[in-house]
Amino acid sequence: MPVLGYIAKRVFQAIFVVIVVTLFISFAIRLTGDPAVMMLRESANVTPEDLQRIREGLGLDRSFPVQYWEFISGLFTGNLGDSFFRGAIAPLVADALGATLLLAATSLVVSLIISIPLGVHAARHRGSLADQTIRILSLTGLSFPNFWLGIMLILIFSVTLGWLPASGFRGPASLIMPAVTIGVILTATNLRIVRTTMLDTLNQQFIMVARAKGLTERSVIYKHALRNSSIALVTYLGLQFGSLMGGLVVVELVFNWPGMGTLAVDAIAQRDYPILQTVISILAMMIVAVNLIVDLVYVALDPRIRLE
Amino acid sequence: MSALKSFEFVAGIFLIALIGGAVVLSPFLFPDGGTAQSLVDRLTPPFQAAQYPLGTDPLGRDILARVVVGGRISFFVGIVSAIGAVAIGTVIGLLAGYYRGVWDTFLMRFADIQLALPFILLAITVIAIIGPGLDRIILLMIVAQWVQYARLIRGSVLSLREAEYVQAAQSYGLRDRAILFRHILPNAMGPLVILGTLNVATNILLESSLTFLGLGIDPLTPSWGGMLADGRNYIQTAPWVTIFPGLAIMLTVLGLNLLGDWLRDRLDPLGRVT
Repeated sequence: MPVLGYIAKRVFQAIFVVIVVTLFISFAIRLTGDPAVMMLRESANVTPEDLQRIREGLGLDRSFPVQYWEFISGLFTGNLGDSFFRGAIAPLVADALGATLLLAATSLVVSLIISIPLGVHAARHRGSLADQTIRILSLTGLSFPNFWLGIMLILIFSVTLGWLPASGFRGPASLIMPAVTIGVILTATNLRIVRTTMLDTLNQQFIMVARAKGLTERSVIYKHALRNSSIALVTYLGLQFGSLMGGLVVVELVFNWPGMGTLAVDAIAQRDYPILQTVISILAMMIVAVNLIVDLVYVALDPRIRLE
Repeated sequence: MSALKSFEFVAGIFLIALIGGAVVLSPFLFPDGGTAQSLVDRLTPPFQAAQYPLGTDPLGRDILARVVVGGRISFFVGIVSAIGAVAIGTVIGLLAGYYRGVWDTFLMRFADIQLALPFILLAITVIAIIGPGLDRIILLMIVAQWVQYARLIRGSVLSLREAEYVQAAQSYGLRDRAILFRHILPNAMGPLVILGTLNVATNILLESSLTFLGLGIDPLTPSWGGMLADGRNYIQTAPWVTIFPGLAIMLTVLGLNLLGDWLRDRLDPLGRVT
């Protein structure tokens, strides 16, 4: 069974990556200095006994492998321990993760609603004025610094027109500008992917057969061609998940969106490294998981794929 | 398509020549390096005073001068880190594709790991630990990007090493180094040039994001990301402080993307660079 072998190999690779990434982060965080000194850096008259008490409280008196194991098992059990300054980490991360995923999902939906019809149109009318305009628009979308686009939206829709709240999370209206900011960049990429994969599909024989059967053009495009190219689309979307998360970090900060990016950057400002370690590890694990799922779904959907 | 292609080329060259030219000539155009302050003229709106065509910032500094001078950092970081990543990626990609074995395993596992850590996250973690700085940003970008080039070159080498002309070179008894650098590399250059051009654009975006987050260039040096971070607090009263540096980033990146797209069609008809 080469398929089982492939799955086992792919799962093993994913676990390997997670171990290396979390080890790297845990180790690197420890290079920043003694957390006990950092926690008490603003207190006066610190005695060595105070420092020792804090080290024991944080479990820092134990060996690195023990601490690493606790951290990793905590990621799966939800027992994430305490931050330096903001209490238990688990509820902080849970809220932030929810906010980030809400923003990511909304942006993705926005971008698919725009990029699928436009991409399909560009592919059907390859070389037309519409195709060329779409191509230039997509290049322009890719060239926006996402945080600047966010600031410009705030300037137009909050400062000048007063239609939308500029920052924070106060109901669904708050979601619009951050989602559009991320959505513009995602759309620029997705447009190209939809166009390319549709072009590939439209040249295949089963499309000719569908047309020869006398199906309506609408049914040929949306039922046959689009469904077939959606496999490739899903793969590319999965591969983009990492850069989507990276882009979110900066955009969240512009809109003061209470997500993982804001949590991470605040943690850096306060030097609250347990939070930073957890946030980065969780994001990395999510990205690995998404890539793994995409690969496995790909094999399930298309048995012809070469297993290498 | 050819009308679009020539439009892409002309527009790309125009943008890069205009902005790049001004940046290169900035020591002559703005000898004070955009640092001269005139508090009387603070927050002058654009297009009002002949002396400050794009207005002034909260310290009365000329925005046009700062945008042009700030471009030095962006172009420097973008180009130097792309060259560094190309150099390292090319050597490792050649070795991995030609000799396979340990080099190949190392490269592919490193690529897996890199895929799981988006650059911005890696950068904020590392910079939080080692502190910000121009040299560190460049180093981080090289570390983060060499893998792409290595994978690209590896792919080309895998197919080229079976080519008849390479086998002929081997049978003549040519040394591996000569085969790799004189016969294989020149044929794998096209995609490398495209990816390099597009990556200068990505690097400019990344550097400005990091500087905007306060994790990049020293705030005292004029840079596009730094100007945006400063201007953010004045968005209600003086939006031009934020508009122009952002526009400079966008037009530069757009110019590079247009050129990269044009190069893609010229040098990479098989679509190896995605």
